[in-house]
Amino acid sequence: MPAESDGSPAPTAGRHPLHNLWRLRHYLRPHAAEFGWLMLAGLAATGAGISVPLVAQRVVDGPVARQDPAGLVRLAGLALLLGLAEALLIFVRRWVQSSSSMAIEAAIREDVYAHLQRLPASFHDRWQSGQLLSRITSDLSVIRRFLSFGLFFLVLNLVTYVAVVVLLIRLHTALGLVVAASAVPLFLITRRFARAYHTASRRMQDQQGDVATLVEETAQGLRTMKAYGRGPELVARFAGSARTLHDTGVGKGRLLARTSALLDLVPNLTLGVVLVTGAAAAARGVLTIGELVAFVSLQLMLTWPVQGMGWIIANGQEAATAADRVQEVLTTPPAIVDAPHAVTLPPAEVAGRLRFEAVSFRYPGTAAPVLRGIDLTVEPGETLALVGATGCGKSTLLSLVPRLHDVTDGRITLDGHDLRDLRLAALRRLVGVAFEEPTLFSMSVWENLTLGRPDAAEDEVRAALALAQADFAYDLPWGLATRVGEQGLSLSGGQRQRLALARAVLGRPALLVLDDPLSALDVHTEALVEAALKRVLGNTTALLVVHRPSTIALADRVALLEQGRITAVGTHSELLATVPAYRAVLSAEPPPVVPAIDPTPGGRGLVRS
Amino acid sequence: MTATGNDVTRWRGVAVDPDADRSRAEDTDPESVTRLRALSRVLLRDLLRPHRCRLAVAVGLLLSQNAAAMAGPYLVMLGIDRAIGPLRAGDGGPLAAIAAAFVAASAVEYAARRGFLTLSAGIGQAVLLDLRERVYAQFLRLPVAFHERYTSGRMVSRLTSDLDSIGELVGGGLDSLVLAALSVLSVAGILLWLDLPLAAVTLLAFPFLFGLSRWFARASAAAYRRTRETIALVIVHFIESMRGIRAVQAFRREPRNQRIFGTVSDDYRRASLQTFRLIATYSPGIKVIGNVTVAAVLCYGGWRVLRGATELGVLAAFLLYLRRFFEPMQDLSQFYNSLQSATAALEKLSGVLHERPSVPEPARPVPLPATPHPGAVAFRSVTFGYRADAPILTDLDLTVPAGQTVALIGPTGAGKSTIAKLLARFHDPVSGTVTLDGVDLRDLADADLRRAVVLVTQETHLFGGTVAENIRFGRPGADDAAVEAAARAIGAHDFIAALPDGYATQVHRRGGRLSAGQRQLVAFARAFLADPAVLILDEATSSLDVPTERTVQRALGTILADRTALVIAHRLSTVETADRVLVLDAGRVVEDGPPDRLAEADGRYAALHRQWRDSLV
Repeated sequence: MPAESDGSPAPTAGRHPLHNLWRLRHYLRPHAAEFGWLMLAGLAATGAGISVPLVAQRVVDGPVARQDPAGLVRLAGLALLLGLAEALLIFVRRWVQSSSSMAIEAAIREDVYAHLQRLPASFHDRWQSGQLLSRITSDLSVIRRFLSFGLFFLVLNLVTYVAVVVLLIRLHTALGLVVAASAVPLFLITRRFARAYHTASRRMQDQQGDVATLVEETAQGLRTMKAYGRGPELVARFAGSARTLHDTGVGKGRLLARTSALLDLVPNLTLGVVLVTGAAAAARGVLTIGELVAFVSLQLMLTWPVQGMGWIIANGQEAATAADRVQEVLTTPPAIVDAPHAVTLPPAEVAGRLRFEAVSFRYPGTAAPVLRGIDLTVEPGETLALVGATGCGKSTLLSLVPRLHDVTDGRITLDGHDLRDLRLAALRRLVGVAFEEPTLFSMSVWENLTLGRPDAAEDEVRAALALAQADFAYDLPWGLATRVGEQGLSLSGGQRQRLALARAVLGRPALLVLDDPLSALDVHTEALVEAALKRVLGNTTALLVVHRPSTIALADRVALLEQGRITAVGTHSELLATVPAYRAVLSAEPPPVVPAIDPTPGGRGLVRS
Repeated sequence: MTATGNDVTRWRGVAVDPDADRSRAEDTDPESVTRLRALSRVLLRDLLRPHRCRLAVAVGLLLSQNAAAMAGPYLVMLGIDRAIGPLRAGDGGPLAAIAAAFVAASAVEYAARRGFLTLSAGIGQAVLLDLRERVYAQFLRLPVAFHERYTSGRMVSRLTSDLDSIGELVGGGLDSLVLAALSVLSVAGILLWLDLPLAAVTLLAFPFLFGLSRWFARASAAAYRRTRETIALVIVHFIESMRGIRAVQAFRREPRNQRIFGTVSDDYRRASLQTFRLIATYSPGIKVIGNVTVAAVLCYGGWRVLRGATELGVLAAFLLYLRRFFEPMQDLSQFYNSLQSATAALEKLSGVLHERPSVPEPARPVPLPATPHPGAVAFRSVTFGYRADAPILTDLDLTVPAGQTVALIGPTGAGKSTIAKLLARFHDPVSGTVTLDGVDLRDLADADLRRAVVLVTQETHLFGGTVAENIRFGRPGADDAAVEAAARAIGAHDFIAALPDGYATQVHRRGGRLSAGQRQLVAFARAFLADPAVLILDEATSSLDVPTERTVQRALGTILADRTALVIAHRLSTVETADRVLVLDAGRVVEDGPPDRLAEADGRYAALHRQWRDSLV
């Protein structure tokens, strides 16, 4: 489970621990025939392996005793053939097994990734990315290991066990039943172990996810850590998590040690019982010594299948908890999907009237709504600026337009269509977005710009770059083919913001949603971008978040957002004149309250604006 | 120029910096492969050294377990041979004695096995913990420049996936290694003692075993290295796309991401498949050698018995022992496989551990002089560039007296942030020196430097934990009152108090629910609490709304009054409060003076200032 409660599906309490592993069986289905073959190959290989010593025994008893060189060569040849067959069958089993188990792992991984891409932003807000990462890496490799090792030996060992016990019972009923009875303690031990190990592996895998989260977060905050020299504190914090993981690992090791040793002890003690009762029977003459020897030799063949059971169950339980964790993601329904009757609005037919009707929004798992009863209309071609204090819900409101979140109450319409009745891809194609944090991916500038429109023409890209004053992109070492983002060239905040803006306006989307798009630009660039943006906004419906008076000039009207409510709508000058709260938020003039610090003329570090 | 939809590899094809794909290069360059291999061995020895005694005990336990396990069947046979006779005669003594010995042997086996497994799990986990902590600490030591090319995804991959694959090895393996070595040696001895010519035939298998293992070692080392690198790329892509999920969804990037992910995931699948296929060949290969040897011994031994050169019993024993000889070999091949996998991971980790920080801690740190007004900063003929062929700063000279507030302005790429980073010693200059109170930054202990200099940037990172913990990041010892005072001073108290749990509110996942402006306020409070002699603000107020910014600026008035400050801001409202303005262009200072004087002059600042004034209306 992720660290915080997040409405993820209820843990599989009450369900069988293997429930989720079983639900992954459809991934096995395309490979069912292969698995059948490899089971057969495995059983045949085991058979061949058992026959080799039998043949050797016959060599000793037969040709050698009878002085028959021809028979010797024949049987040795048979042993060789069986030996080669065994090796070949093992080869076939492993070869087939590897390709199918790897293919299954890759298929699940791609499905989890696809599902994660479908899950809405609110899911990603709640889940730590390290927990997601550990699901597609360590959990999947545990499942793969079960498919390529545990599952096969589970079947093989059970088959061997049953076959040998049946043979033992046929050899001598009473002694055979003694051996069969030893299955009861074995069953009890493995059952108890399976339960305890299930809990331990779940804890371990969750803690692995926590460690991954911590590492990912450290990687993110590396500059902050460096800037404050907080390495030692972070190391101490990490050491805490790593130690927890270590302790769980040691606990798991102890559990496995205890069970493995018990799984050793039970067959040994059974052997002891067989020895004593068998010897007594032989003494009474009910059993020949030869039969007893045969019985014991056969019984010794049970040692490995029983001993191996501990590891196999451990492997199986790990796979089961890994499957639980993977299913937690796969069974979270994507909250934001196409409605069954969803329609596509062709861009040419979009007028662009955006209406918020009594819209409320609350982040899942939180009590207080962020937006309450928003009524707002942006007319076609109009630019509306959202203004409000830090944290009042402006960015949240914007994220509702491309449906990164869905409204909790009320509805948003575009030309009268509820956004939820539009096809998601079509809606998002209509909306050009620039977030407050400009996200660039590790790929070429070109690809970053054409993210939403891979078919964009070169002149469209050029126009977008020109508008965002991002001509610097041509001067990068490889021009627009230069890779930027984390794995590429680092750009400054202002450069990133300009590329993000160019991306948003590329291809003239019907609706523009820009979150403080000019915040990181210097005054000069800002003025140029503003002038260019103004031309675009002239005929595009746009919703902007604005922090600065300078940017407000872009807007036809302004809406003031206060604590999740729209408290005033009008033109900049109207609001400036009539709404004191607006003046406080946006006016360049300091509020009439006298600052607490008395500014001494000429003194340094004082506010003089 | 156009990137077509099906050309998924293109974005990886355009490398900006050869270093960006450095880890990949490590795989093919034979010299560094050899070097890393040697380093990883040294590392392994180093990791195991503290556990020598426990390892010895573990091996001892393993040997006793093995001896007890051997004793079991022997006692059974002894019971059949020796106890049934007396029992028939009514004497249950021998059977009781043997049964008692049998129970004792089982008890020893149980205890030894349990002890061994517990101990070896303990050692393995301890080694893993040690390694995890070392690698993490090393990543934190390495400079920003390293991380910029290594990428966070790779760092995560090293600390998760690579360590996992070492964890798989330490989970088991020691027993098969010791038991195999033990049985190979003892069985070889017994075979030689039983029948020399027959043993010679057996020994013929050795060169084949050796050759096969060598082939496997070479082939699998390369294959496993590839799996490490390909899984790293999977992780890199995964992290990047999950981090940017909003942009991914808003721009309908999902199908293309899916294709890219499919490609990297498939690369990893292929790489892993390669290793599986190698072991799928190696393990039956060992089997073939064993079975051929058995057949050869059977044939030659039988012939020798026929000729009367050896006893029938010897042949029978020989065949039984051969079985004992080759079965552990099979286990050993499994172990060898996990070893190869872990070695590849260990190589990657030793590569990280041996990375020399390009911004090293001084061997003999110089303490900062005790002055009443600390914080004098000087750049002396500083030249710096991220790449050798593109210098950002050339021969920059700059002196900032203690207590002065300097604003840096200029177009993108002028070098403002670079100056900030050099002063925070994220990088060292290529030539020239940066000094603080006359001490070269390179001579300062990191702890001293960080106490004196704090850099706040536009990208505010909040760590998992509460708001209070995030503010306390500035000064870990600070009490709640100090934390709140810092928040109040910066104007962040009101919004924090309004959060569901106030200061104890968890900032989930990179501050998911705080707005950008709120995060900046927390970052400011953090810097305020840190109380450094030199404060560098790089675009630290860009996301604030006007009233908040005003509050922050008012607070800055107090905060900056008694300390040196370097302020990079695009908004002149921030710049106006400075004592001195530096206008930078292409790495050079083109204007320098108090803001009001520059505003009156006819330079760039004056032009910007006019533009800004106009924008306020």
